[in-house]
Formats: sequence, structure tokens, C-alpha cells
Amino acid sequence: MKELLLTALLGIGVLVLDILNLKKYVLPFILLALATLVGFIAADWNTVETPFNHTMLVYENGANLALGVFAVVLFFWFILSSSYFKQHEGKTDLYALVVFSFCGAGLLASFGNMAMLFLGVEILSIPVYVLAASKKHDLASNESGFKYFILGSVASAILLFGITLVYGATGSFDLAVISNFIQDGKDASIIMNVGITMILVGFLFKISAAPFHIWTPDVYQGAPTWITAFMSTIVKAAAMVALFKLFTGPFQFYVEANGYTIGVIAAVTLIASNTAALWQTDVKRMLAYSSISHAGFLLSTIIGNASLLSLLFYLLTYSIAGIIAFGVIKETQTLEGNPLKGLYRRNGVLAFAFTAALLSMAGIPPFSGFIAKYFVIAQLIEAKYFALVVVMIITSAIGAFYYLRASLNVYQHIENAGRIVLTPLIKWTYILLTALLVLLTVAAGYMHNL
Amino acid sequence: MLTLALLCIPAFFGLMMFLSSDLSKKLAWVGSLLNAAVAIGAAVAVSYGKTEMLEFDGGNIAPLGAHFALSINATSILMVLLNACLLPFIVHVASKHEMRNESAFLSLILFMSSAMMGAFLANDSFLFYICYEAALVPIYFIILQWSTAENKSKIVLKFFVYTLFASLFMLFSLLYVRQFADSFLISDMIAAGSKLSQHEQVWVFAGFFIAFAVKIPIFPFHTWQPNTYKAAPTAGTMLLAAVMLKMATYGLLRITMPMVPAGAANADWAMWLCVISIIYASFVALNQTSFKLLIAYSSIAHVGMIALGILANGNTAYEGALIEMVSHGAIAVGLFFIADMIESRVGHDHFNKLGGLREKHPAFAFLFFVIVMASVALPVTSGFVGEFLLLQSVGSHNIVMALLAGLTVVFGAVYMLRAFQSTMLGKHNAELAFAEMTASEKMVLTILVLITIAIGVYPGILLDVVHKGLQLTGI
Repeated sequence: MKELLLTALLGIGVLVLDILNLKKYVLPFILLALATLVGFIAADWNTVETPFNHTMLVYENGANLALGVFAVVLFFWFILSSSYFKQHEGKTDLYALVVFSFCGAGLLASFGNMAMLFLGVEILSIPVYVLAASKKHDLASNESGFKYFILGSVASAILLFGITLVYGATGSFDLAVISNFIQDGKDASIIMNVGITMILVGFLFKISAAPFHIWTPDVYQGAPTWITAFMSTIVKAAAMVALFKLFTGPFQFYVEANGYTIGVIAAVTLIASNTAALWQTDVKRMLAYSSISHAGFLLSTIIGNASLLSLLFYLLTYSIAGIIAFGVIKETQTLEGNPLKGLYRRNGVLAFAFTAALLSMAGIPPFSGFIAKYFVIAQLIEAKYFALVVVMIITSAIGAFYYLRASLNVYQHIENAGRIVLTPLIKWTYILLTALLVLLTVAAGYMHNL
Repeated sequence: MLTLALLCIPAFFGLMMFLSSDLSKKLAWVGSLLNAAVAIGAAVAVSYGKTEMLEFDGGNIAPLGAHFALSINATSILMVLLNACLLPFIVHVASKHEMRNESAFLSLILFMSSAMMGAFLANDSFLFYICYEAALVPIYFIILQWSTAENKSKIVLKFFVYTLFASLFMLFSLLYVRQFADSFLISDMIAAGSKLSQHEQVWVFAGFFIAFAVKIPIFPFHTWQPNTYKAAPTAGTMLLAAVMLKMATYGLLRITMPMVPAGAANADWAMWLCVISIIYASFVALNQTSFKLLIAYSSIAHVGMIALGILANGNTAYEGALIEMVSHGAIAVGLFFIADMIESRVGHDHFNKLGGLREKHPAFAFLFFVIVMASVALPVTSGFVGEFLLLQSVGSHNIVMALLAGLTVVFGAVYMLRAFQSTMLGKHNAELAFAEMTASEKMVLTILVLITIAIGVYPGILLDVVHKGLQLTGI
């Protein structure tokens, strides 16, 4: 509970600091709070907390770990994005919105009740609608925010409809009660099945899986780059964790009955995104399609009996690679023409970090993206989804092609390149994150000790 | 512990060079020589039957179902020696030329050597796969950053995506067998794989073969190779030709053949591909005027022979393949070294524009000649021993294949000797400014010549180690 309170108070605290005219302390304040949050999680390890003796929220190891992953990613996000927000007039407002959205992510990690699930989804999404449109004078940003808002609201409505139908079938919002309802051998009525399908559809939209992914490229391209980084990492990860909790928990019977349908959705997601990404010339748009293709992998975790740990591992490696890639794009965005071309002449660290991030997304050892994909694939093979695995392998190769093509651009020779100068903090954060992409491969071996 | 040292020394020195770029050359030398010394020490340990130092198991990595297990055994010892002992030569070539950002270049070479060492040492098929793939990353950067070719991005993209895509089939095969095995340890995987039905084995074998066929490379999967060899800086080409492709032939010998014997026994289609590959590459080599491309195509022919011999699985295949892999490594380094000498002196590697170098440079001509002879498998050189044993293995399987594959020796003699003639013999071109060999170049070529002749005259120096290793540890 204190984790949730801390994040909620942090958001308000950021706004208060603005009122007190202490803007320059905002970033250290947030970083300190996030570090404290990770400390709380470590202190609460191996305990189960249900605040107010009610199962609205359940803080067990899985929820804490997910929250920890979000906090770590957000921590680095704040450090890397600091130079962008430095000049931004509405800096503290945007910071507060990000923190509030993070609050929703925390709810999605720990909900034990469908009401909390819906609250979490909304708290997560609403600030992001505003953030996507936060470049007020930019038409693309406005379009992005508007599109995301309209479509996101529809998805939320469908989700809510699904929740009410499940409530109608079982008479409860409580996940434990819903689980028992099925386990007691009662038949899942048609209403229940329709309700769960609608919940699934709502989440497919949120994680941008096919056929509900069409909004992603436009929204990702139009939104300010750092907001895109936030959307494609933490927002997506939180929605995925919630989806995973539902469909490997109370709705597992649904997955068992409809495994092949979900497998087909994952396969279509992978094929549609990877083939579309091949033709993109804008890197941000390419990364948007890559983000969709990762949704295909993430979605397959629920049919492969994967553990939450392997899902979180995937989310962590993908998020780290994501913030590096979007961060590098942002650093170069002020340049004319093709900004990534010849980046290695401008700044070697950025060029190397960018390549490592893309190679990790492509799933090439020794980067941890490989191990993350391996976990998913190995579990699918155990569950005998061979066709899906073949699709994954083929689309991975297509993926490798466009990731590498993008990173090749970075090494093209250009004349009189102006240097990009990074502050030491940001430079070393990039180096640390790049090293993490390799170190996580080693760490994967020790995960089972958790 | 020796195995762990072999894996870590190049990586450690590579990392050091990132941190202190002023000392990079010295660090590269110390690292590569130290690694070679440890590898020779390991070979001596095998031949004296001391194997306690040669096993390392970092324990079970439960979520992966894999072990961080390294070992040196009969099959891997020669590959370890090859990788470690060629590294100083490659470092020499790399530091010979002035180049931008040299410390990064040298450290990438050491990283690559470390990754390849991991593949040779791996006692676990998952670790093998990771190292097999990880070796791609350094060479990707090496070609991208230091190639002078115009279209290097296209070349490197094709090379990388092609090999990566193919390796995924190997991953699929490994994962399929893993369902029935206790762990990814190669011994467990072999036990599980050989129990599969013949039908399954054929498919698992096909997965492996596609992955290895691209890396080796075998027709029709070879199209990435000649351009990549030509575009890469010489040190990179040496890494590719002398060591990297050996990971594939080694994988075939160590993992695939024992794991799916029934699949491998029904692989005549793969063998015919090898035969086509050998003849095709020889024909193409006949028409090359660029020395580097000539070596690249002749390399396809030679490694096709290695793969063919392994697949034929005759009783001399094992020794023949190992000897030929070492021999091909040494010869490839020698030939590319010569190509680099020519290119750095005259600015191109088209041998038809050279001529008569022997008059002014008799020592160079002699060393060049011996390496060419080794490449065309003249008796008394290492090339002969390997090819002879391999052909014998193929002949015991199918005499027609052996006859067709044997043509490579004839063709090889034609195109290699033609290249030698037009470079060295004929009328001396007075306008050609060809600088004298430096002492270090002379030394490198002399050592390589001595190695090829030593193996050719007395292959026992290598085979004794292999046999001793077989008695001690099995394959």
C-alpha cells in the first residue's frame, strides 16, 4: 500500500514544488522517490499485503516485482529525458502526468479486483492522452493525442463492458471469487465468454496487438519522442502485466479453450507488423511497428504457460532497449535531413548504444533480447505451438533485417559532422543501460533464485 | 580452469583495451600470445592425459535448462589450438596498417576470438548456440567501421541477416530435441536425439544443415561469402575464413552427426549439395582475376570438401576433417596475408596486372609457392593429408561423389597456379613499385609455411593429441 501512496503523493508533490517555485529540485525529488520505492519493494519481499484486509489490491512478490521493473525503467527514463524537459515550459505538469500514469501502472501490477483493474487502466491512459498532445503547436502531436484519446476511450468502454458481463455471470468483481467460480465446476456461460472476449479485445488495443494495432504508428510518430518512449515501454508493459495476470489467473480456462485463436492473433500481429516495418523510412514509425511485433511475442506468453518472471524479463529488456532507441532518436532530432546518418561521427556512445538496443530488439545473442525471446519460444515449444514458433522465427529474421538496416545508417560516412555533446550523467546512463543489455543475459541464469 | 581461462583471456584483454586505448597494441599482443600459450598448454595436458583442468561446469542455469559447461576434448582441442594460435597472426595483420580508432578494432578482434572460443569449448548446446551467434556481432562492427568497400552496408546486411536467419533453424532443431532431453548438455542432447524416430531425425538434421550450410558456406547458400570476404578488412577476412566457418564444420562434427545419426545417414541430398558446391566454386574460381575473390571461392571448394567428408561419415572422416580444418585455417591466413601484402603495395589485388615479381623477390615467391602448393593439396603439405582422408571417407560412401569431388584438386591446381604464375613469373613490370618484404612479414609467412609442412610430413603431431583425447574423454 505504501508503494501506491508514495507514487500518488509523488505526483502531487511535483505539482506543489512548482507552486513553491522549486522547479530545479523536481528531478532529484522524483529520482529519490523512485529509489525509495524500489527500497520499499525490497523490504516487502516475500510478504503478502492486502491493504485494509480487503483484496482490492494484493501486493505479493509478482506484483512487487512488476512494480519494481516499472520503477527502474521510469528511473532511467527520467534521467535520459531530463535534457528535453529542461527547456520545456510546462515541465512540472508533464512530470506530474507521467508520475500519475505510473500510479496507474502500479495499480495494474497489484489489482485483485476488476474495479481496480479498470481504475488502473484509466489512470494509466488518461495522462498519456494529454502527454501525447503536449506539443501544443505541433499538428502531428495534436493528431496523435486526439487519435489516441478517441480510440483509447472506445477500448476502455469495451473493456468496461466486458467487466460488467463477467460480473453478471459470476456476481463478483473479485478475482479470487471469479477463479473459484470456474474451479467449482460451474459452467462458463456464454455471457462470461463474451465478457472475457471483450476484456481481451480491450487489452489487445492497449498492448497494440493485431487487429487493433492500426493506431500505433500514427500515435507513436506524432507524440513527442520521449512520450512515445514512455508509451511504448511502461504503458505497454503495465497493460501486458494486467493481461497476463487475468489470463493466466481467473481466465485460464478461456485460454485453454481458445489457445489456438490467441496463437493466431499473435501470429497475425507478428506478420502484419514485421512486414509493414520493412517499408518504413521514418525510424520512429519503424520502431512503432517493432513495438507491435513485440506485442505478438508478449501475447504468446499467455498461451505458453510462461511464468510471470519470464514476461517481466522480456518487458525489462524490451523497455531498456526502447528507451535507449527513442532517446537516441530524440538526441538527434534537431539535426537536418536524415538525422541518424553518420551518427558515429557525431557521438560514438550514442551510435553504439543505438546499435546495441536494436540488436537486442532483434534478439541477437549476447544481448538479452535473445534470452527473452528464447523463454517465450521454449515455452511455446513445450506447449506444442510449433506453427507459431515457425512464424516467430521467420518474422525474427525479417525483424533483424530492418533493425540492422536502421543501425547501418548510423555508420555511414558523412563529411564535417558536428559533435553531439552529452552531459556526463546522460552519457554514463547510456553506457550503463547498454551494459545492462548484456548483463541481463547473465542475470537470466540466476532468475530462478528469486 | 584452463578452459575458463581460454574463454576469458581474450575477452578480458579486449575489455582492457576499451579502457586504456594507448596500450591497445601491447595489450592485444600480450592477450593473444598468452591465449595461444594456454591453448598449447591445454594440448600438452591432453597428450599427457591430464584432463582434470580441462572441464568446467559453472552449474545448472535452471530457467534456461542449460549449463555453463566448458570442456576440451578430442574434437575441440584442435579447434581451440587453431583459434588461439592464429590470433597472434591476425593481431599482427590488424596492427600492421595505420587505421582510425585502432584500439576498438583490436578489441573487437579479441572479442570475436573469445566468442568463437566459447563455441569450440561449449559442452552445452545452448551455450554453443549463443557463442555461435555472438561471434557475428563483433565482425558486423569490424566490417561496418573499417571496410573501405563502397557498398559495405549492403554486404554486411546480407551477411548478417542471412546467417542469423539460418541459425534460427538450428535453434528450432535444438529446442525440438530439448523436449526429450534432460538438459542442453551435449551428451544429454545426443542421448535424446539418437532416440528420435528416423522421420524426426531427418527434419532435425535439415534444421542443423541449413544453419551450417550458410555459415560454411555450401551452394546455394554461399552468395554472401565472396563479397563479404572481399569487403572486410584483411584481419576480419582472416577471422571469417580461418576460424568462423570452422564453428559450423565443428558443430556438424561434434553435435549434429552424433545427435541425429539416422538423419545424417539419409542425407544424400546434403552431400550432393556439397559436391555441387565444390565443383561450382572451382569453376567460378577459374574466372576470377581478383586474388581475394579467388581465395574466397577456393575456400568454398575446400570447406565443401570438409562438410562432404564429415557427412559421408567414413572411418577416416573424423581425423580427415579435423586435420583439414586446421590446415585450411593456416592456409587461409597465409593466402589472405599474401593478398593483403600485394594489395597494400600496389593498391589492388588483380593478379593479371602483376607479373615477374620473382626476379626481384625470390624469397616472397618461394613462400607464396609453398602456401599455394599446400592449398592445392600437394603431398608433403597439410592440405594433402586432410583432403586425402576426406576423399577416402567419401569414396567409402559413394565412389561417384568422390570422383566428382576429387576434381577440385585438379581445378585447384589450375586456378592457384595460374594466379601464382601471373603474379610471380613472366616479364617483370618495371613500372610496378613493389616494396621489399619486411622482416615481420617474412617471419609470419615462414611460420605458416613451417606449420603446413610439419602437418603434411607428420600429421601425427595433431592426430596423437586427438587419439589421446578420444581415449580419455570420448567425442
